[in-house]
Amino acid sequence: MASSQYSKEIIKHFRNPKNVGRIEDADGVGKAGNLVCGDLMKMYIEIGENKKGQSIIKDIKFETFGCIVAISNSSLLTTMVKGKTIEKALELTRDDLIEKLGKPLPAIKLHCSILAVDALHEAFFDYYTRANLRVPEELKKDHERIQKALETIEHEHKEFTELEERLLGEKK
Amino acid sequence: MDYAATTPVDPRVLRAMQPYQSKKFGNTMSLHSFGQEAKEALEKSRQEISSVLNAKSGKVVFTGSATEANNQALKGVAFANREKGKHIIVSSIEHHCVLDSAHWLQKQGFELTYLPVDRHGLVDPSSVGDAIRKDTVLVSVMHANNEIGTIEPLKEIGKICREEGVVFHTDAAQSLGKIPVDVEGVNAGLLTVCAHKLYGPKGIGALFIRDGVRIEPLLHGGGHEFGLRSSTVNVAGAVGFAAAVEIAGRQMDSESKRLTKLRDRLQEGVLGIDDAHLNGHPTLRLPSIANFWFAFIEGESLMAQLDMRNVAASTGSACSSESLEPSHVLIAIGLKHEEAHGSLRLSLGRWTTRQEVDYVVKVLPQVVQELRVISPFKGRW
Repeated sequence: MASSQYSKEIIKHFRNPKNVGRIEDADGVGKAGNLVCGDLMKMYIEIGENKKGQSIIKDIKFETFGCIVAISNSSLLTTMVKGKTIEKALELTRDDLIEKLGKPLPAIKLHCSILAVDALHEAFFDYYTRANLRVPEELKKDHERIQKALETIEHEHKEFTELEERLLGEKK
Repeated sequence: MDYAATTPVDPRVLRAMQPYQSKKFGNTMSLHSFGQEAKEALEKSRQEISSVLNAKSGKVVFTGSATEANNQALKGVAFANREKGKHIIVSSIEHHCVLDSAHWLQKQGFELTYLPVDRHGLVDPSSVGDAIRKDTVLVSVMHANNEIGTIEPLKEIGKICREEGVVFHTDAAQSLGKIPVDVEGVNAGLLTVCAHKLYGPKGIGALFIRDGVRIEPLLHGGGHEFGLRSSTVNVAGAVGFAAAVEIAGRQMDSESKRLTKLRDRLQEGVLGIDDAHLNGHPTLRLPSIANFWFAFIEGESLMAQLDMRNVAASTGSACSSESLEPSHVLIAIGLKHEEAHGSLRLSLGRWTTRQEVDYVVKVLPQVVQELRVISPFKGRW
């Protein structure tokens, strides 16, 4: 089949993605756009506390406009961080996702897996900002890079400007 | 649902070819009886294909593929006519093998003009006249587009080229066997065809070259194919090509009617999906191709979901291409990047049944719905 270039794990998540949808009144919403191919992803997080009083991801949901890898990576990431402390979730990298997928991604698809991590980081950035908490330096850096990528999309593909504006409008 | 990509070899074609893979294995250049037997079969095949193409005032040269024939046409004419000029005109929706050949020629110092198309993918013949300069050596506009199926007004374009004294090339790889291809009718100086799109074997194509067209060979060597394409000739391929052309020609009228009916049934069903749109010309289109775009979802995901339900389709989405660029054809007809992202081509063929069409019409809305549930865009961008 056409998707045989992808691992079983990717196909599993693509066939039956977990945590699809929105969280109304989410504590943080993150959005990342892929500069290379034009995919777009949104992550919604709800923050709670564990017994030790640490902040955890109580719930997480995603929406993705994109290819097999973009969809399966979003799903995989949500299953990996749900219930984890924010600290643990922030430690998760693109390489952890790729490792979890088992079979190496085609080189051309590597950029798709950054998207999920970026969208999650943006959701945390949004959470910290809204809660008036200090935003970790790393997240600030990520935020600048991700926003710049979205701007570049706007610059390179004029049609994405409208798309982004509408998305922002929707958020407000 | 992906016959436009390639087709299975018709069993009748396979039977015609078989002797030339084993017993009748001769080299057409050998003077002994084995060689002459192969030579006879080759010339008979050439004759049959020439007659279908109405190629009375020129020759049909066998090549390894349509890609090779298109490379031969563009590069061969460009280099043979350098004293006359260095300007080449191509449409913006040509197959990559034409566009990339033209682009390569540009790097060698030739100048290039791309002809725009309208939202249905049609080239305006008057734009060809406007683009032609004193130093134009070649115009290349395809017969029918491989992605959206739009049939170009070749007759008018060919007439303009003839009046202006410019060689006209057309790539008929996708149209041969589906609609009549007549080199005289369209005033073609050069015309590309191949076998694997019409239930013939892969690895064989052909280029019609009108008498008087100056052209340089790409391959030098033993002088095969009138000195234009040295290489031991693929006789079995040529025999299979001729058999495939003969069968397709014989069935064309009835098959065209049957496919048009099936395609329209498919189209009607698919366009019942919310925010589904047809790409390509509503009527001036191959009976076998229906290309759509669906808002808010991405084509590679769509294709993969269909694949999991045993439907083979293709997409012009950036995600599915090696370059991560969306289809140049869909962009040329005015689709936005995110619209081309959600494109799907369904193409029908000799063994497509009504049951299959109905199955696609049943599962496609489900698949589109599933992906829209995942998409951040709900009913609007």
